[in-house]
Amino acid sequence: MAEDKTTAIVVGAGPAGSTAAYLLAREGHEVILVERGTAPGCKNMYGGRMYSHALNRIIPEFWKEAPVERCVERELITFLDGERSVSVACRDSEWAGPGCHSFTLLRAEFDAWLAAKAEEAGALLACGIRVDDLVSENGRVVGIRAGEDEMMADVVIAADGVNSILARKAGLAGPFLARQVATGVKQIIELPAQTINERFQVNDFHGAAQLFVGDCSGGVQGGGFLYTNKNSISLGLVFNVAELSRCRMKPAEALEDFKSSPHIAPLIEGGREAEYSAHLVPEAGLGMMPELFGDGILVAGDAAGFVLNLGYTVRGMDFAVASGEAAARAVMEAKAHNDFSRNGLCRYRELLRESFVLRDLEAYRSAPEILENKRMFNQYPKLVTGLASELFTVDGKPPARLARKIYDRIRASGIGLGQLALDGWKGARGL
Amino acid sequence: MKRLSIEQLLGMNKFVVDDEEAHIKVNREVCASCPDKPCTWACPAGLYSVKDGALSFDYAGCLECGTCRVACPNAGSAIDWNYPRGGFGVHFRYG
Repeated sequence: MAEDKTTAIVVGAGPAGSTAAYLLAREGHEVILVERGTAPGCKNMYGGRMYSHALNRIIPEFWKEAPVERCVERELITFLDGERSVSVACRDSEWAGPGCHSFTLLRAEFDAWLAAKAEEAGALLACGIRVDDLVSENGRVVGIRAGEDEMMADVVIAADGVNSILARKAGLAGPFLARQVATGVKQIIELPAQTINERFQVNDFHGAAQLFVGDCSGGVQGGGFLYTNKNSISLGLVFNVAELSRCRMKPAEALEDFKSSPHIAPLIEGGREAEYSAHLVPEAGLGMMPELFGDGILVAGDAAGFVLNLGYTVRGMDFAVASGEAAARAVMEAKAHNDFSRNGLCRYRELLRESFVLRDLEAYRSAPEILENKRMFNQYPKLVTGLASELFTVDGKPPARLARKIYDRIRASGIGLGQLALDGWKGARGL
Repeated sequence: MKRLSIEQLLGMNKFVVDDEEAHIKVNREVCASCPDKPCTWACPAGLYSVKDGALSFDYAGCLECGTCRVACPNAGSAIDWNYPRGGFGVHFRYG
């Protein structure tokens, strides 16, 4: 048995798993990277953008070799209410400067590239294998089971995504509640690069990212997103699963409604749909975080709930990469002491805190609760769009000064001034 | 742009359907007593429906998101959820 044992088995060739496998292999450790898809990336989807900082520290200027789409130079947040919308648009050319702040990218290609980096570094990549269970001895994880086959290792890194089978099998995670996760649906809509450039005011290499808050579809609360790729647009909606069930709304139909709204239709006109995908997003942050490690096992990426949505930024991939890095480093330290017990792996938590992963999740721990506030998706977008519309309307009616307009709008919105101040204070402190 | 039906949406995707093993199994007895059947709304692939008063489910076309398992009020007993066997299921070309 001993000669068949490898140092680490990493389950899931997404950004967390491939980063962990890459770093372990690069330092000369034996590592097997197991992926259930026939190719890495073919099971993976997300909104559409990765912030560069985490991977840039591991593979400096990775974008020179990685299949990225566009470097994001424009950020837009759009508040929606029926026929009205108000957008805040921000351009910073420095985002597209030498540091390349963030990229739109497509996961089938990108994840395959990152897994290939791990393979090049010496990891053994095994695709088309669904891991069914852990192998345990005396309460310690010592390997994995896939069908009839067992593979043994000093440590297993569970990077098997939001629905992590392994974190549950290990007793580190329990089932989550509907209100803790969101369902994202997305379409890839192909458009010529030139058309994208003109519609989003960018050039061939630079892109735009747009988030939508408010009435994205027939009065049901949810959030929308749009990212420009080279020759396509990633357009989607995200709904809290509890809301989805309560409102009796079908996500696929909601996205079709969204596409036909006056705020989106002109942006995608003439495009051709090429793919429809869906995914769960862990949204409750620390509130749904599993135990991060046990005897012989670590949990990383979406499997650990490492996603941070602040309403104006949505991050997952940079957390996945950094948690994969922390997992790899924790394994190397455990290996140095030949102690893969829970105690030997406990550096993982410290490493996560020393990187930004736990630090950021802890700093923004109240964000999930603030974003659950229904006023954020309903009354506030209505207030903002209504006020802006009134500001720009000239119709011969008696004059009202700005302060009066604002005061009247707030009164009509049904949000008390005290409530408004409280929400503003909470938002400014928590987000 | 023309509105697409769920069949047209799923038709764009590449699937390798496992004819031998359903990766999600539904317990129709439990589902029969479920008044709301949120799966029939929440599943992004629209794979759950009510036909002749009984819950009908087709695992081909599954996007493997896991929404049904979370939305189901009887998740422990009504839905036996897993990923498809290795090599089967949806194959995203973009993602």
